[in-house]
Order: sequence, then structure tokens, then C-alpha cells
Amino acid sequence: MPNYFPPNANAFAKWLIWGGVIFTALLATSLTVFARTSNNKVRVPIEQPVAFSHALHNGQLGLDCRYCHTSVEVAAAANIPPTETCMTCHSQIRVGSPQLAAVQASWDSGEPIVWNKVHDLADFVYFNHSAHINKGIGCSSCHGRIDQMAAIWKNKPMTMGWCLECHRNPAAFVRPKSEVFNMAYVPPAEGQLELGEQLVEAYHINEEKLPQCSTCHR
Amino acid sequence: MKKLASFSILIAMALVLSSCGMNMYDQPKANLYAAAPYVKDKVVGTARLLPEGVISRERGAVDPSFYTGLGAEGLATDLPVPVTLELVERGQQRYNIYCSPCHNFNGNGLGMIVQKGMPQPTSFHDPRLRASPVGYFFNAMTNGFGRMYSYAARIPAEDRWAIAAYIKALQLSQNASLSDVPESLRNSLEVQGASR
Repeated sequence: MPNYFPPNANAFAKWLIWGGVIFTALLATSLTVFARTSNNKVRVPIEQPVAFSHALHNGQLGLDCRYCHTSVEVAAAANIPPTETCMTCHSQIRVGSPQLAAVQASWDSGEPIVWNKVHDLADFVYFNHSAHINKGIGCSSCHGRIDQMAAIWKNKPMTMGWCLECHRNPAAFVRPKSEVFNMAYVPPAEGQLELGEQLVEAYHINEEKLPQCSTCHR
Repeated sequence: MKKLASFSILIAMALVLSSCGMNMYDQPKANLYAAAPYVKDKVVGTARLLPEGVISRERGAVDPSFYTGLGAEGLATDLPVPVTLELVERGQQRYNIYCSPCHNFNGNGLGMIVQKGMPQPTSFHDPRLRASPVGYFFNAMTNGFGRMYSYAARIPAEDRWAIAAYIKALQLSQNASLSDVPESLRNSLEVQGASR
């Protein structure tokens, strides 16, 4: 049988194997990064039917989160406010503004505004806002500086790995309940862990149960 | 034999790949705010409008005046719940969230939204409002008043009573003298006042 391959083909074959391994590793890493960032729409502003600005309403005017998201302390969902909430002020302020046309149309017709979802968790995750709010997890811990966002985006990847960062070590993130709605809250530069440990105990956060599957999945 | 083995591995890999669907991620269930095409009224979604006149049964069958602020002889003059420091503090917190944008934190009606063009509401320290019973404020929150929309859908009745109690406390605070303060606490106030 004649030699079809020259002797240096062996080296080529070796490089091919190693190259394949390196290529696969790189591909896996970049796909993971992609899945957790741009594909996951992290920090990508989501277009909405009304150019509502949290930076104006919450940041500048100082409206509390709960003025619109009334159910955040008592329910799983932080409700999207109905058009009635917008019209509470906008029946008087900036009436007829083209920016508010969709709000006015919704008010006149009774058809709700269809906002675009920013955080779309998997249906097998049973996230509950009130459980977090009432145990000292601040809005900004997950949502970031909403008070500075003219257009809203998802601030954190909201992947299971990200959830577990806190569920495995709540003391690193828990803040006093009085600061939960404070967008500008900065955890103490030193001693967050000590403060966190105290709060975890005071708020009866069950550290043993927190990382378990059934805490979020049913 | 070898062929069969490699063939079955290929099938297995294909099966693994084909399982990467989003079926579990987007389950066919009625999520909050999901479209609900089977609902035949104007609001097409899982978040339905409440039928007219419906009230919460969470507290069981209670006196309707708890939800209206109207007693047998008109506006309620007393709170239907015991007045505690806890209640007034709850009222303060809720007032600061829902009322202060227009009525201002001190109740003078010059809140941030008024400065942005909302018509100015009457100050809570106006003599007419100071003379109004607590049910008056509850009723205004429940049914709206003038250009103010109803807050019944946003603030539960319990909290509306707490806010009404706080408004009464706010009125008192702006027109109080030292003799209104319990004697045991007067001393600390005088010391604070002197140090300013």
C-alpha cells in the first residue's frame, strides 16, 4: 500500500486535535457569554409603545416605586400600572401631547396598553417580588438604577447562576428594610457581611432552605 | 456490530439536540398579563376588570361603611379600626407614597406634581378641611374628588383608613401648641427647641 500522507502529516493531525479542543472551548465560552449578555438582552433598552421615562418620574419627580407598582409588597408580581394610573396626572398635565397619544387612546377605548416585557423569566421559576421586598432585598439590587433609566432595560442576567449568588450567600446583599425602595442605596463599604448576618437573622431568612430547588421551582 | 453501535450513538445525539426546545420555558398556562383570546369582553387578557361594585371578602362580611366611609348619619366621624401609633405610622408611609406627590409631605397642597402643572388641591390646613370628619378623607380617596382620581384600586381600604388617620394627625401637628403635648414629653421638646 503506497504512503498517501507524507511524514509531517502526523504533526498536522496532532495540531488538528489540539486546535479542535481549543476551538470548542472558545466556542463554548463565547456562546455562554453571549447567552448571558446580549442574547439575554442585558443592558439593552427595550422599546415600548409609550416612551415612559423612569428617570423623569422616579428620578426627578421622586414618585415612589409603589405609586404605580402597587402590588410589589403583597404579591408575586410587581404589577404594571393600568392606564388609570397614568391618567391620574395626565388628565391634567401635558394633555394632548403626541408622546401621550397611546395613553389617551387606551383611556378612551378601554383597551390596555401592551407593554413589551423586559424580564421574561422561565415559566418554571416562581419568582415572588413580595418575598424579596419584605426580607430586605432592594429594588436596585436586581433592577439597577431605575431612577436613571430613560428607557428601561434588564440590568442583571436573571439566570439561575445569578440568582444563586445571593441565595447561597444572602448576607452579602441584604439591606435594611427602610432602604429597600432607595434607588441610591450603597451598601456599607466595610461591614456589609456583619450587617447582612444581623439582618438575615432579624428578617428570619432561612439560609438552609434558600438554595434548595423547591424554593423557586415546584 | 460496530456500525450498529455508531448508528445508535448518532440517534442518541440527535435526540439530545432535538430536546433543546422552549416548551418548558413558555408553558401553555395563563400567565399574568398574558393575552386571553377566549375572553369575550373588551379587555382581552388574564388581568380582568372587576365587576362593578365588587368588594374584597378578605375581612369577611364587614360593615359596608368600612368600604365607603359613610355611616348611618353621613360621613364617618370615627375610625372603624383602633387608632394606634402603628396605624398612624402606616398612614404616614402610605401618605408619603400616594398623596405627597400633590398634597405635599406637610399637606399644604404644593407637591411636586402641582409644581409641574396639576391644579393645586386645597390645603389640609384649610379651616373647612380641618373641620371635616375622618370619613370625608376616606371617601375622597375611595371615590375621587374634583380632579383627583379614585385611589380605591391602588390603596386597600385598611390603608385608606390609616392615611385618613394620618391626615387628621397632620392637621393637628400644624396647629398644635405645647400644651397639646403630654407633660412627660414636653420637657424634651423644649430642650430641642432651645438648642436650635
